[in-house]
Amino acid sequence: MNQYTVIGFRVERAGPLALLQDAGRFGVRRLGVTQGGPADLHGWAWANRLAGNPWGTAALEVTFGGLALVAERDLTLAVAGADLGATLDGEPLPLWERVTCKEGQRLVFAAPANGLRAYLAVAGGFVAEPVLGSVACVVREGLGGFDGRGSRLAEGDRLTVGEPAPGAPSPAAAPAEARLDYRAPARLALLPGAQIGDFTGQSLFQAFNSAWRVDDRADRMGVRLTGPRLQCRIASLVSEGIGLGAVQVPPDGQPIALLNDRQTIGGYPRLGALTPLAASRLAQCLPGQEVRLVAGSSEQALAALRRFHGQLAQG
Amino acid sequence: MRGEGARLPRLESAGLDGWMVRLFERIDEQNLAWITALSRGCEAAFGEALVDLVPSYTTLLVLFDPLRLAPEEARGRLQALLAGLAPDERAEAGELHELPTWYDPSVGPDLPRVARHAGMSVEEVVACHAGRDYRVFALGFAPGFAFMGLLDERLEVPRLDTPRKRVPVNSVAIAGRQTAAYPAVTPGGWNLLGRTAVRLFDRDREGFSLLRVGDRVRFVPVDRATFESLGGDIAPMEAP
Repeated sequence: MNQYTVIGFRVERAGPLALLQDAGRFGVRRLGVTQGGPADLHGWAWANRLAGNPWGTAALEVTFGGLALVAERDLTLAVAGADLGATLDGEPLPLWERVTCKEGQRLVFAAPANGLRAYLAVAGGFVAEPVLGSVACVVREGLGGFDGRGSRLAEGDRLTVGEPAPGAPSPAAAPAEARLDYRAPARLALLPGAQIGDFTGQSLFQAFNSAWRVDDRADRMGVRLTGPRLQCRIASLVSEGIGLGAVQVPPDGQPIALLNDRQTIGGYPRLGALTPLAASRLAQCLPGQEVRLVAGSSEQALAALRRFHGQLAQG
Repeated sequence: MRGEGARLPRLESAGLDGWMVRLFERIDEQNLAWITALSRGCEAAFGEALVDLVPSYTTLLVLFDPLRLAPEEARGRLQALLAGLAPDERAEAGELHELPTWYDPSVGPDLPRVARHAGMSVEEVVACHAGRDYRVFALGFAPGFAFMGLLDERLEVPRLDTPRKRVPVNSVAIAGRQTAAYPAVTPGGWNLLGRTAVRLFDRDREGFSLLRVGDRVRFVPVDRATFESLGGDIAPMEAP
């Protein structure tokens, strides 16, 4: 690390899963290395934007809560994404807003109140040595994170932060339409893929007209959905690359939407792929929550992605 | 393209940010030179808009930034590339790696069962596995995990009914008509024949992964003393 860094936080209690995430690790899929990066791009991008950081700055992804940090200096920060009951010295911390935190204050993430993953960005960003071009923390692969070895945060860790970048002023708060309510019904846009015609007609009807339940077998690799048993005329393919959001259907007929830490290749037939924002939305769903799959077009999906980036830029 | 049906190559939607280029129907060594050529073509034609490439047995997944290059534009560039595609001759040869391997039931506990299945002696299984060069068709499952083939038909054994929870690093394994060596400790359902002394995924190595798609691999049987002198780990497999 040749840039200016200081200790920003000390980890007092680590919680189940807090990970450093930049935009992800790219150009390395041919080595069998996965993408990593924020499971919810929307929350991650807004936290960084509000903290005044450029796109791609590393932030903390806090899953479930249980994390307690003590500020080692005065910091400017923002928390976006899930409401995990965050408090600063016991007072509720406003979400989707820029916040000042004084040296010695305790920032605590309790438990999910709305959504599953909160993003903590600090002005200047969290800083670590990149591995294969990225600090994205992938526990399974032992890559990235503060130690470069894929470790989740642990009690006693000291988290380094960089120097805030001078630049255009960033908004102090996100507009109302950017503050998502993750308890609202989730309608996930899916772009049909090449094997869509290999599913039976009844299965296709069921795929897009049933309520799917998020299973507790859900993590950063993928989210299993339970519901009607989908039938595909082909059981498996020669293994091929898997993109973000791909919805594969193994022989048990229960779809799995693949997220950031998915394996790079696989051979189950697919309904298609969730759009990037739909994959982000799914990553905020708690086990037991109902979601629906909605067939979308690539034009609609691109327009939605452009709106998201436009809103972020104006914010 | 060579001997393939009229419907190939084919571009399939793989989401907002990806096109799956399906080049071949079947796994074949000949596929590699074409897939490598298309990968190089994509790097040149997509430039900054290219996000990642995932080559596999019969396909190339091309991931791009849809904000820099709209999906329809990306499709057009891929069609142009496919129209002028010629196999990459460097990939046809492939870099050769020799993996010194200690074949022994203590580190390859499935050797006796594979031998029974094949109707061979353990020595014959080793000679057969080490007796040909393999091509790397794809990397995946874990960083640096190379799927190689094709294995002699006589050694074709199915995966274990119940995968092992922890396969030791560097284990050399077979399943179906493929072979591989485990770059890290992971769960695994392949049949273990032995252990190599070479690190397959090493953060101190430029590019991390020893093996790349298109490379050639030769397993070289060594005795225990040689294996140890090369830094091989002789710790026997734990009971499952």
